Amino acid sequence: MKAYLTRRYMFSASHRLHSDAMSAQENVATYGKCNNPYGHGHNYALEVTVSGPVDERTGMVCNLADLDGFVQREILERFDHQNLNTLPEFAQAIPTTENLCISSYDILQRGFHYAHLEKVRFEETMMNSFEYAGGAELRV
Amino acid sequence: MVYLTRKAEFSASHYYHNPEFSAEENRRIFGKCNNPNGHGHNYTLEVTVKGEVDPRSGFVVDLKQLKDVLNREVLDAMDHRFLNKEVPEFLTRIPTTENLAIAIWQRLSPKLEAAQLHRVRVYETPDLFVDFYGEV
Repeated sequence: MKAYLTRRYMFSASHRLHSDAMSAQENVATYGKCNNPYGHGHNYALEVTVSGPVDERTGMVCNLADLDGFVQREILERFDHQNLNTLPEFAQAIPTTENLCISSYDILQRGFHYAHLEKVRFEETMMNSFEYAGGAELRV
Repeated sequence: MVYLTRKAEFSASHYYHNPEFSAEENRRIFGKCNNPNGHGHNYTLEVTVKGEVDPRSGFVVDLKQLKDVLNREVLDAMDHRFLNKEVPEFLTRIPTTENLAIAIWQRLSPKLEAAQLHRVRVYETPDLFVDFYGEV
């Protein structure tokens, strides 16, 4: 039996949306308040969805302790209470929530092998959210 | 095709234990959830059905019928119960959220008229949920 398991995590970080490829005026036109040079912060919610057959012996898709440990070590410790613009992940990419989604998906895809990664979903605020499934169509 | 989701809440206790594992393995794999006295959760269940809108009623499914089936098949059986001891499926299967979603699907699927079951989502806590689509 195949099931999909989703776990939700919270972290806080700051960022500034600014592209060196645009003029100052274009940056303001494109990013609005998010272009404020001093940056600003969010409480991000991250949802990780994994899938797989339910193990007959444990009743689990994967052990939550493994997922929690991986996300804590590889994602939360990397991003929580950081200025995203200062991190190597965003040396080239603008730290939009779209790029945060892709970066987090790639980290999980490379290193988490206890279950199949379905998608990553980010809430930047209660009013917006972003999902990424490695370029595939969303299944769940 | 229109999708309709009905939500319900129930509270139950459970613990995780596989008699084929040693006591040490059970503790290592299931952690705090292995406490044989059990512990509880407030579960939220979301049942999504799909179907064509009936042109006469404007309904995908009669919500009252869906609610009755949910109450009878799931809530009456599981609400305020010790899942391991009082729900037949869990005498032989570990009542993880994964197996709970599968058991609820298996209970509801044959009982629904008109609409077809699309998804069963079970939240164990607001931070953890499982989706089951009936996939083998």
